[in-house]
Amino acid sequence: MKPAPFDYYAPSTVEEACGLLAEAGGGATILAGGQTLMPLLALRMSQPFLLVDINRIAALKGISRSAGSTRIGPITRQNEAIADATLGSAQPLLVTAVKHVGHHQTRNRGTIGGSIALGEPAAELPATSVALGASVEVRSAKRGKRRIAAEELYLGPYATALEFDELVTDIHVPEWPTGTRWMFRELAQRPGDFALVGLSGAITVQDGKVSKAGLAWFGMGPTPIKARQAEAALLGQSLDRLDHAAIAELAVADTAPFDDHRATSEYRRTVGRRMFARALRETLEAKA
Amino acid sequence: MSKHQIHLDINGRAHDASVEGRLTLCDFLRGDAGYTGVHVGCEHGVCGACTVMLDGLAVRSCLMLAVQADGCSVTTVEGLCSGDGALHPVQQTLREEHGLQCGFCTPGVVMTLAALTQGEQKPSSETLINAMSGHICRCTGYQGIRRAALRLAGEALAPVEDHG
Repeated sequence: MKPAPFDYYAPSTVEEACGLLAEAGGGATILAGGQTLMPLLALRMSQPFLLVDINRIAALKGISRSAGSTRIGPITRQNEAIADATLGSAQPLLVTAVKHVGHHQTRNRGTIGGSIALGEPAAELPATSVALGASVEVRSAKRGKRRIAAEELYLGPYATALEFDELVTDIHVPEWPTGTRWMFRELAQRPGDFALVGLSGAITVQDGKVSKAGLAWFGMGPTPIKARQAEAALLGQSLDRLDHAAIAELAVADTAPFDDHRATSEYRRTVGRRMFARALRETLEAKA
Repeated sequence: MSKHQIHLDINGRAHDASVEGRLTLCDFLRGDAGYTGVHVGCEHGVCGACTVMLDGLAVRSCLMLAVQADGCSVTTVEGLCSGDGALHPVQQTLREEHGLQCGFCTPGVVMTLAALTQGEQKPSSETLINAMSGHICRCTGYQGIRRAALRLAGEALAPVEDHG
């Protein structure tokens, strides 16, 4: 239950970190908040020969707003994000989601970027990034910068489109129009546990009709899952003519839940249907 | 594997040490610095017994490397007492409300409650109760801990009935 030996570096710049990752050729692991990596190291499920600790890179911190978008530095701690007034007013859905990540003690260390880049399928932040249309900006020593939409980031459980030599440097979350309503639901066995079924979404209502919708499940498949059919069915619809149950059915049709020791796939679908229909009704009935 | 020089403050005293990269903060605090009030339970971030304050915030010391605490200020349960033998208000409240039995999880519980109640403003009872979800206690059934947390949030409670 003690980590295997590794070399440890704590670079102070992004360039230095990217250089170390490239040089290690896949044998390095990035240490951000460590709230998932440290258990993996202790259980020796992960045995990198090099740990690149990015906690001392000042450029990876901070939250700022510019032209319709919020930039979050990936090593922003989850509790810092919850306390941040800018983020609270610009991205209320994201802040609600962060409050459901782990426990108070793990949120003091755990980072926004760490959770997004890890790709745990039952975690809150990957799904919320997909729902909001967020993207990550990454950097590698050899190929420079590129931007990956959250929707294209997740390939499977803990598998992402990030290459071994890439470091997430920025998280960009678009700001949604006035009149957007937020919905966030999570069923877990205990507070702080991963979700059995979770739902994160944004729905913009203008002149009584849905003009934009972003909805994503977590805990309902190998990756966060965008409820595309439900989004399409909502677009252009008048609020007073919505069939909540039918849209919930479409939303569940996009999922691929699994059986495990905590719940069956059928249980997850049943809960998902009811959760979605109720959340949709409550979200659209509430004042924006 | 190379060693790393670290300099940190533990309970108000400066410490210099040379540590291996893989040494966790909890093992450093217990084994190297001698603060055995840091209890190591699960060693993978589930139980909360090893909770300490890092720059004033409650964190799990098994989920950090000692080398990461370089330049930081760490407080363990030993650092809470004033030295005259009097208990810290959090400890006193847990004692009065029967918030502990075997005591293994207690230093962690104390550190979370102490971190959240150290400011001028009292935290809400919801904040304290939610933060307790980060600790596993196998003895108390949590009711005593819950009562202590509610009292620390400023709620007046009826005294525990004496069935003796």
